[in-house]
Amino acid sequence: MTEPLLKVRNLKIGATVYPPDEKPHDIEIVHGVSFDLEPGKVLGLIGESGAGKSTIGLASMAYGRGGVMITGGEVWVNGRDILATSLSDIRSLRGGEVTYVSQSAAASFNPAKKIMEQVIEAAVSQGKLSKRDAEAKAVELFTKLGLPSPETIGNRYPHQVSGGQLQRCMTALALCPEPDLVVFDEPTTALDVTTQIDVLAAIKDAIRDTGVAALYITHDLAVVAQVSDDIMVLRQGETVEYGDTDQIINKPQEDYTKALVSVRSINHEEKQPSPSPVLSCQNITARYRGTNFDVLHNVSVDLHPGQTLAIVGESGSGKSTLARVITGLLPPSDGQIDFAGRKLTPDLAGRSIEDLRELQMIYQMADVAMNPRQTVGTIIGRPLEFYFGLRGAEKRKRINELLDEIEMGNGFIDRYPAELSGGQKQRVCIARSLAANPKVIICDEVTSALDPLVADGILKLLLDLQKREDVAYLFITHDLATVRAIADSIAVMHQGKVVRYGSKSEVLSPPFDDYTDLLLSSVPEMRLGWLEEVIANRKMESAGN
Amino acid sequence: MKNIPISAMIGLAFTGLYFLMAIFAPFIAPYGMAEIVGDVWEPSSSKYLLGTDSIGRDLLTRMIYGGRTTIWIATAATILSFTTGSILGFIAAVSGGWVDQVLSRFVDLIMSIPSLIFALVVLSVMPVTITVLIIVMGLLDSTRVFRLARAVAVDIAVMDYVEAARLRGEKIRWIIFREILPNALSPLVAEMGLRFIFMVLFVSTLSFLGLGVQPPQADWGGIVKENKEGIVYGIPAALAPAFAIATLSISVNLVADWVLNRTTSLKGGRG
Repeated sequence: MTEPLLKVRNLKIGATVYPPDEKPHDIEIVHGVSFDLEPGKVLGLIGESGAGKSTIGLASMAYGRGGVMITGGEVWVNGRDILATSLSDIRSLRGGEVTYVSQSAAASFNPAKKIMEQVIEAAVSQGKLSKRDAEAKAVELFTKLGLPSPETIGNRYPHQVSGGQLQRCMTALALCPEPDLVVFDEPTTALDVTTQIDVLAAIKDAIRDTGVAALYITHDLAVVAQVSDDIMVLRQGETVEYGDTDQIINKPQEDYTKALVSVRSINHEEKQPSPSPVLSCQNITARYRGTNFDVLHNVSVDLHPGQTLAIVGESGSGKSTLARVITGLLPPSDGQIDFAGRKLTPDLAGRSIEDLRELQMIYQMADVAMNPRQTVGTIIGRPLEFYFGLRGAEKRKRINELLDEIEMGNGFIDRYPAELSGGQKQRVCIARSLAANPKVIICDEVTSALDPLVADGILKLLLDLQKREDVAYLFITHDLATVRAIADSIAVMHQGKVVRYGSKSEVLSPPFDDYTDLLLSSVPEMRLGWLEEVIANRKMESAGN
Repeated sequence: MKNIPISAMIGLAFTGLYFLMAIFAPFIAPYGMAEIVGDVWEPSSSKYLLGTDSIGRDLLTRMIYGGRTTIWIATAATILSFTTGSILGFIAAVSGGWVDQVLSRFVDLIMSIPSLIFALVVLSVMPVTITVLIIVMGLLDSTRVFRLARAVAVDIAVMDYVEAARLRGEKIRWIIFREILPNALSPLVAEMGLRFIFMVLFVSTLSFLGLGVQPPQADWGGIVKENKEGIVYGIPAALAPAFAIATLSISVNLVADWVLNRTTSLKGGRG
């Protein structure tokens, strides 16, 4: 067995917390984690938010984000303990031996400097390569990562390339100084699903060709299964399970890992469309004020009572715009919307209270969808008061009923949103829309910002509520796994048009059009070798390429 | 209230002292406000703690009554400027479109004229009473509050919870007072302290120039003006009100700093 490149022993990391109405105090966020990484191998760190995976990743560069300190343990890189070494030694380590790829390339590149300048910066300042050699190396890496016109792309500014390309530039940046270890911190999470697999494939090839070792941090087990040799599952700063990829995916031992592997396995029987849809969009065309192109072209979809219509597409496909048109925030330039048998006024200002009440919306970011200065009771109670005139004890009773429906206790009524977890926040938002007793709820990417297991809980809750309250969902998402789980019918959107529309079984069975095929094949599957298969069989290039 | 930093404690103590003196002026002051009790510019003695002024009135009495006038005018003008400025600012931010354009461009127009010059012009054609002073100062200053309130509210108005309120069918009054105001309060309260100080300086300047509070009424700027000739002869009577203006400004500033620090802390501004 070769000597490990990175050896972490009993790593403990602490942070200072500032709870409201209490004195700041120190807590431990990583409780003694140990692992080895051999040269040229890839270790996947996986866990939900707050599991400590990014913190561990940064600790392997002897770095702690603001307020975080490494309180114990050892981190050995190339045979020396970097927590005990001198600052100048750490300086040659960071950007030399160990480099870092962050989640948001857009936020990490300096917008005022050209890409090439930034890609070669570390290699040149570390004295590893001359400027000319570093540039040659960068071009070689651009080629390897499949970037278009690799000789000249370095002369562009970060805003002149797409998100997926920029993420690949960042990988080039990390590989340019020829490091021994690269820390990838959620490199594909912010990308569209079809772009994600291109970047993933590029990263995988680059890792294999350069023989570099990597720590791959992500919350998506299906993604990490494609690139890593070993996987470590983390939860709340502790190791849940640590083993090779095959074992974790195919023979998980711990309950938590099993839950992660079997996530999105909700079974939902498709319902038959009813004769009269509750919401019907006919030939909707829309554009934003001050622009000269249509964001939606001739969109026609129907939503049947008590069913779920999923609108699927990448970012920029116009799916959220469709929601804005239906809610009346953006009056369409052409087409009409029928709702519950009546024609809906295009502009929000002209709609009756009844229309507003029966058409509710849930947002992607529950944090900003609730007023931070209102208690849960006020947030859920306001629609009751506004639409039904409920007051006092009657209102409180109904709020408690609603809290029961979303599987949260009465204790939450006087809490503020800041005191809730991500999943609880989204539940409160669901309760707020349910309070209005709506016929249709528009769900705009409601699970995208949540951890997989929490998102699963929300989806199950939505399905339960649908059965009980007979409410219809217009479910906007980019995630096909979610769609499979809950939809009755599906509309696939691409560049403002509906490219495929029908019942779930129709849309998801062949023959596919090229775009739907691309979209469907891009959803990471929880098995080894999936990535290679997909890349080999694709018919259409993704937008990020 | 247990974690108040020392600077804020000092600020609070001085601010409180000045406000209490202003409120209870008639009970504290040893003599009548315009009563001539001694010789011109007597030095301080046990009878006249700060000496007497340019026509023989007790300076301490003048200072106490002067503080009452100054603080009352500054407070009233601050409240006026905050109510007008923030409500108009919120309306501009929430309505957008031409309402926003008209209000914002009008405010730009007013702000392009130096407010001291503007106030001098207005006050030279209007009868100078305390009410007129408060209205002129309050309205001129409300342009600055408008700017801040609008800037803060524009950020809040695009939040999803405001959109949710619109979709629910809420009227503009609910959106402004229930959704936006509670979240815009911290920067506004901090700004309020600063604007109060500017009001104190503004009214003092106006009085010093002779267009503010009219004699025999006292205010700190007026007392400086009445006693400024004395400085040439080494008589410090003009320095007492100057010192009062300075200490009040600094102490209110210290309190405002503390409020700003507290509300922008890691607690997400909810403390």
